Amino acid sequence: MTTKKLATPTENCETCPAFYNLEQMGFKIGTFDRVVALAGNPNTGKSTVFNALTGLKQHTGNWPGKTVTRAEGGYQFNGVRYKLVDLPGTYSLLSASQDEEVARDFILFGQPDCTIVVTDATALERNLNLVMQVMEITDKVVVAINLMDEAKRKGIEVDARSLSRDLGVPAVPITARTGEGIHTLIATVADLINGDIITKPLRVEGTPEFQKAVHELVPMIEQVAPGIPNARWLAIRLLDGDARVQQALVTGELTQRMQRQKQADVQFSRKMSVEGRQ
Amino acid sequence: MTEQTLKPNDILTKAEALRGTLSTSFRDEIVKSLYNEAENIARRAVKTAQDKKYDFDQKIDRLITSPIVGLPIMLILLGVVIWLTVSGANVASEVIADLLFGIGDWGRALFNQIGIPWWITGFIWDGVYLSLAWVVSVMLPPMAIFFPAFTFLEDLGYLPRVAFNLDWLFKKAGAHGKQSLTMAMGFGCNAAGVVATRVIDSPRERLIAILTNNFVPCNGRFPTLIMLATVFVAASFPPALTSFIAAGTVVGVVLIGIAFTFLMSWLLSRTLLKGEASAFTLELPPYRRPNIARILYTSIIDRTIFVLWRAMQTAAPAGAIIWILANITVGDSNLARLIADWLNPFGLLLGLDGVILLAYIIAIPANEIVVPTMMMVYMGAGMMIDGPGTSAGIYSLLVDGNGWTILTAVNLMLFALLHNPCATTIITIYKETKSLKWATVSVVITLGTAFLVTFLTASIARLMGWV
Repeated sequence: MTTKKLATPTENCETCPAFYNLEQMGFKIGTFDRVVALAGNPNTGKSTVFNALTGLKQHTGNWPGKTVTRAEGGYQFNGVRYKLVDLPGTYSLLSASQDEEVARDFILFGQPDCTIVVTDATALERNLNLVMQVMEITDKVVVAINLMDEAKRKGIEVDARSLSRDLGVPAVPITARTGEGIHTLIATVADLINGDIITKPLRVEGTPEFQKAVHELVPMIEQVAPGIPNARWLAIRLLDGDARVQQALVTGELTQRMQRQKQADVQFSRKMSVEGRQ
Repeated sequence: MTEQTLKPNDILTKAEALRGTLSTSFRDEIVKSLYNEAENIARRAVKTAQDKKYDFDQKIDRLITSPIVGLPIMLILLGVVIWLTVSGANVASEVIADLLFGIGDWGRALFNQIGIPWWITGFIWDGVYLSLAWVVSVMLPPMAIFFPAFTFLEDLGYLPRVAFNLDWLFKKAGAHGKQSLTMAMGFGCNAAGVVATRVIDSPRERLIAILTNNFVPCNGRFPTLIMLATVFVAASFPPALTSFIAAGTVVGVVLIGIAFTFLMSWLLSRTLLKGEASAFTLELPPYRRPNIARILYTSIIDRTIFVLWRAMQTAAPAGAIIWILANITVGDSNLARLIADWLNPFGLLLGLDGVILLAYIIAIPANEIVVPTMMMVYMGAGMMIDGPGTSAGIYSLLVDGNGWTILTAVNLMLFALLHNPCATTIITIYKETKSLKWATVSVVITLGTAFLVTFLTASIARLMGWV
């Protein structure tokens, strides 16, 4: 990761009113310039980050699985309007349940300009698995290390710079509950989208045979489903023999799903019948 | 294979062929190296000191999720929440009722004074307004206490512990352990509970959770239970004990509901939805200090006001309908009475009466308005002696005026617990399952259970000569 300019303010700036140019826009997201997704393991505080940024009151609760649908809200930062999408928590992108599918589909096909992966500072190792899976899909990742206050109380210290260096994407320590670090987080998101921060995500490339196989499949997928983002990920799933991805490709559901991400979340549109009765 | 004829199936064939060139465990190897990498990175970035708080958390968890005292602690917490609700709501309800009914009297008098026709005065003040006044005074206080208490436990991190404690029971019933989470959400609102079942990944177990969610009383039905428990069950005890007896009764009803959840899950997983319970992992999150300001905001604005507003929206037209039915005279009776009389034999069979059934039919859009609807039909007969908001007033209206017994009260509680979901929940079930069949099944199961259980209790009580 290289930083072209020193855009990221230090924490002290946040208390200065002159620097405070975040505007919470709530539901007023008729027009927006950028889309930012909030992903992460269950119960890491995604909805709290969402509320802090948008000024909305998305229901939060201390249990995994609380958010089962996509919630959308807006904020404006330095004159740019962002649509923020709060996704259900998920441990991996290979998952089966409907709430996790909502998250996976959006990261895969919703083409957010940036994905913030909210992690739990007190359980970082487990959280990193999802971070690395998201990085497999997109370069535009910012890791938010949330619950820093809780970590501190438990005597856990997290070195954000070491993490950032190892992952190749920015890592920002935050405490969403009090709003600490939130400003740095969105400044980093803005810099990343503008190209002022260039990421170089750590990826597990696999064996040469594997890379070759992926390389052969990607153009074929792009031909059958034109404009599909993340053909590489789909290729890997097909090589893995994922029955649901196979089915989605054959029935053309893949393209539908891609389009569905563009609509405002139809809260009850998830079908049990298609995925469920296999 | 040319570019024009490339079909999805060709890709599958190609992928199949390419898979042959890879080692069989290629994906496992990638995942494994991913995990190793994560472990290394985390080790470099995280420093952990000696951890006292964590030990303390674990000690609490060992107690709360212990096989011996875990369930009793849960029951005690449920009892405390309900006792707080019952004892707090009682006083507040009477104050609000006095105020609102006072305004009603004043408004009626005013309308009469300035010579507005009787049917406009009646429609507005005895129909729409009275119904709204009942809903607000009966519902607002319990919700304003119950929701914050429930949200507090939720924020603390108690819900996953409940799931942990109840897991073995759900497993025995052939259902998913996460059903206890959706069941807990059902206490707030059954429609919300049905949506929450998305956390369950097995479609079979998800359907079980959807179909049985209605057996926990939602907040729309709690006021009915609380009122009946206070007015009837607790009335025969010394005043110092009433709030405890009433809370105990409501806890008892809730437990019956949970028992039916298990029973019905068990039946379903052996008949319509055969299969084994699947295993799952559920994280026990750390205990977090709840943010009181946010709890109050969430529970008062998002939940209480929202639910109350919905209830008022259905109560106003329901009040209008009842007033009209009660004021269309047919011979020397009125339409409401005639319908109630016609339903009466069936009602009596269930230990209820015709008015109660009529109230339930009018209240299908929202269960919250059952009691107000019922009261209004009874009051049409003009039997109110004490103030309408007081326990004594309600007691005299129902018992002296309309022949209620303890059986009526108990069976109404059972019926309120078990009967069909409200319209919102039924629509939610339809949308979540995308199936008319399962939406219908949800109504048949619950209504069937309600009829059967109330019929049995009524018959047994009569055979034993208790009533």
